[in-house]
Amino acid sequence: MAEQAHAHAESLALREQFNTAEQQKESSTFGMWVFLVTEVMFFGGLFLAYTIYRNTYPTVFGMASTSLNAVIGALNTAVLLCSSFTMVLAVRASQLGKRKAIVIFLILTLLLGMVFLGVKAYEWNEKFVEHHIPGAHFHFEGMAEQGPAQLFFTLYFVMTGLHALHMVVGVGILSWLLYHAARGRFTAEYMTPVDIAGLYWHFVDIIWIFLFPLLYLIDRHMK
Amino acid sequence: MSEHVDSVKTYTAVWLILLVLTGVTTGVAYIDLGAFSVVVALVIAAVKMLLVALFFMHMRHSTRLTQLAAAGAFLWLFIMMAFTLADVWTRGLVGTPGR
Repeated sequence: MAEQAHAHAESLALREQFNTAEQQKESSTFGMWVFLVTEVMFFGGLFLAYTIYRNTYPTVFGMASTSLNAVIGALNTAVLLCSSFTMVLAVRASQLGKRKAIVIFLILTLLLGMVFLGVKAYEWNEKFVEHHIPGAHFHFEGMAEQGPAQLFFTLYFVMTGLHALHMVVGVGILSWLLYHAARGRFTAEYMTPVDIAGLYWHFVDIIWIFLFPLLYLIDRHMK
Repeated sequence: MSEHVDSVKTYTAVWLILLVLTGVTTGVAYIDLGAFSVVVALVIAAVKMLLVALFFMHMRHSTRLTQLAAAGAFLWLFIMMAFTLADVWTRGLVGTPGR
C-alpha cells in the first residue's frame, strides 16, 4: 500500500502532489497569472489616481508632462521591448532544452533591463537638478500654484519608482535563473521557473507600455 | 506550454511591430488631435499589451482557465475605475441633502 502512495517517481517536472507533469505546469502558470492580476489591481489604483487628478488639473498636468523628455522615454520603451524579446527567446531556448542559448538570452535580458534602469536613474537625476522633486525645494517654472504640479511629479515618481522596483526584483530573478541555467538545471521537461519569470518580465513591460504614453505623451500636442 | 514552441520568425515579427508602434505613438503625440490624443495613445498601448500577452506570454496557447483568470483582471479593474469615476465625475451635479 505504501508503494501505491507514490504512483510515480518524483522529479522536478513531476512532484509527488501532482498527477501529471502537465497538471503541475498548468498549476504554476495559473498561479502566476493570479498573482499578475493582483499586480494589475495594485498598479490600477495608481492609474486611477492619475486619471482623476489629470482631469482635475488638466493644464498643470499638461505642462508638467511636457517637461519630461519624450525621446528618452521612447528609447527606453524600445530598450524594454527588446528585453522582452530576448526574454521570450530565453523561454523558447528552454522549451527546446538549449542550455547555452538560455544563458546567452538571459544575460542579454539582464543587460537590457539594467540599461533601462540606468536611463531611468539619469532621468530622475535630471528632475533633481530641475527641482522637480516634490518637497520643500520643489519649483516648477511659470506657475502660480505649485501644488498641482507637485501632485503630477508625486504620481510620476511613485508610478515610475514602483515600476523600477519591479525591474530591480526582475533583475534579481533573472540572476537566479542565470545561475541555475548555467548549471544545467533547466531542461525541455522542466523549465517552469524560466517560463514563470518570463510572464513576470513581460507583465512589467506591459505596465511601462501604459506608463509611457500616459506620463510622457498625451499632452505633447499642446506645447 | 512546452508543446507549443513558436518560431523565432513569429517572435521577431511581434517584436518589430512593437517597436514600430512605439515610434507611431511617440510621433502621433506631436499632432494635435484634441481630446482624441488620449484615445489614440491608449488604443496603441492596448494593441501593444495584447501583442505581448498573446505572443510573448503565450496567452493564445494557454488553457481556458488561465485565459479566464487573466481576463478577470479587466473586470476587477473596470469595477474599480468605473465606480470611483462615477463618484468623482458626478460630484456637484446634484445637491447634497441636508446642506
